[in-house]
Amino acid sequence: MSSEYKIEIRNLQVGFGKLMVIKNLNINIMSNCVTAVMGPSGCGKSTLIRTINRLNDLVPECHVKGQVLLDGRDIYDPSMDVVELRRRVGMVFQKPNPFPKSIYENIAFGPRIHGIAGGNSLDEIVERSLRAAALWDEVKDRLDAPALSLSGGQQQRLCIARALAVQPEVILLDEPCSALDPAATAKIESLMVSLKKDYTVIVVTHNMQQAARVSDFTAFLYLGELVEYGETRRVFENPSSKLTEDFITGRFG
Amino acid sequence: MRAIRRRPTRTVESMIEYLILGCACISIMILLLIIIFLFKEGLPAFAHIPLSEFIFGTVWQVQAVEPRYGILPLLCGSILVTGGAITVSVPLSIMCALYISEVAHPLAREVIKPLIELLAGIPSVVYGFLALTALADLTQRFTGSIHRLNALNGALILAVMIAPTVISISEDAIKSVPKEYREAAYAIGADKWETMSRVVFPAAFPGVMVAVMLGISRAIGETMAVLMATGNAPLLTFDILSSVQTMTAVIAIEMGEVTFGSVHYHALFAIGLILLGITFIINFLAEALLRRFRGVSP
Repeated sequence: MSSEYKIEIRNLQVGFGKLMVIKNLNINIMSNCVTAVMGPSGCGKSTLIRTINRLNDLVPECHVKGQVLLDGRDIYDPSMDVVELRRRVGMVFQKPNPFPKSIYENIAFGPRIHGIAGGNSLDEIVERSLRAAALWDEVKDRLDAPALSLSGGQQQRLCIARALAVQPEVILLDEPCSALDPAATAKIESLMVSLKKDYTVIVVTHNMQQAARVSDFTAFLYLGELVEYGETRRVFENPSSKLTEDFITGRFG
Repeated sequence: MRAIRRRPTRTVESMIEYLILGCACISIMILLLIIIFLFKEGLPAFAHIPLSEFIFGTVWQVQAVEPRYGILPLLCGSILVTGGAITVSVPLSIMCALYISEVAHPLAREVIKPLIELLAGIPSVVYGFLALTALADLTQRFTGSIHRLNALNGALILAVMIAPTVISISEDAIKSVPKEYREAAYAIGADKWETMSRVVFPAAFPGVMVAVMLGISRAIGETMAVLMATGNAPLLTFDILSSVQTMTAVIAIEMGEVTFGSVHYHALFAIGLILLGITFIINFLAEALLRRFRGVSP
């Protein structure tokens, strides 16, 4: 097995009840890159990334077949510790969802439940996470302020900081900018690019320009199948599938 | 083509508005009339009984040659019974609400919720019966109390009676915590208990407090069951195993045989005034709490 792949997904099938959302999908995600997952609404993008941290487990009627390997280990293996998996694979949601607590407590939540690693103090973790999410300078004087008093873009960066605080390896972002204005979007986008230095980043988006701007690799999903996957520039300049071309040129989607 | 349905005309609309306004006014009027009536009948009591003796007097003895109208024993009775009920009921009810909304299998939820709501529909006299017969024996056997009917007995039956209120309002509050908070907690790797205790419950806390407040007002106002369960001896005591009499019970028992317009009659209304004041304060506190917490969380 080649070790440069952080995540390998093999013959993945995901369904909710009788509805099959992902049909036999294979994809390998490169370590320390931004991979964009693109496609029209309802094509299974969110379902795909919620499979990677097993958040779909919360939906009772969801069933998963196939393998999802993280560093070569199947996360759907019964011996897998879901809590540890979710520490290693962080997630940021479409709508900013900070807890109704202070800014500080939002970041401290993860380290508190997992225990603090590496002799860092909680204050250090909070500062480091907020710096990594490019939010520190804006909030350092009011860490005790309620998180919900921040603007939407700040809240979303807070959610990224919250995910970073437990030192994950992979960060999943589910349309992180769809509720934000252009200025806030630009900040999150540049943040995504800077995060790939330390993390493997997977971002779901239905905004093609965003995929083109931030990602190294782009996957195009359509009706639960992987239509196209490759280096972002190649996918955009020279799509191998007519479907991808139509999507990119705005004929549908 | 079908004709487009015509909207009600402007006059119809304003008529409806007035109608609704009228309904609102009627309920406010009724409340005002009740308060005015209570004051009108209650205040004359203080022409004969000094206010300080009424509130701080330690003896309630209306049949004596020299009647004594001190409501302190009754106040004590109410506090003992209500406090006991709250202490027993609130933790259990909150855990029950957490279980129903967060843990229970959907099928179990479908069965448990209606059953709990059914508890609220049982007439309080039936609860009183139960307390008077079965529960009294049990409490006496387990505590070895001298009085068969005592404050604890009343507190226990009251605990069951307020549970449906506290459970269903807490459950609403817990259920209305946005799904996003739970997802966020799970996505960081919190387990079910951590999500419940550190995210969901704190977010629902203001609503749960309101549930507790409403439970308290319901407990203080409850009459029939405590009347049957507590033994009705107006003793000034803080012993939960002693017989007591609550403010509500004294009104219910003595109002039937009181001479209309007598000092005793007015004194009973004055007790009603005090009760109204207490529930008013509790509801006000609940409202204030809710308002304060709303400033922080949505």
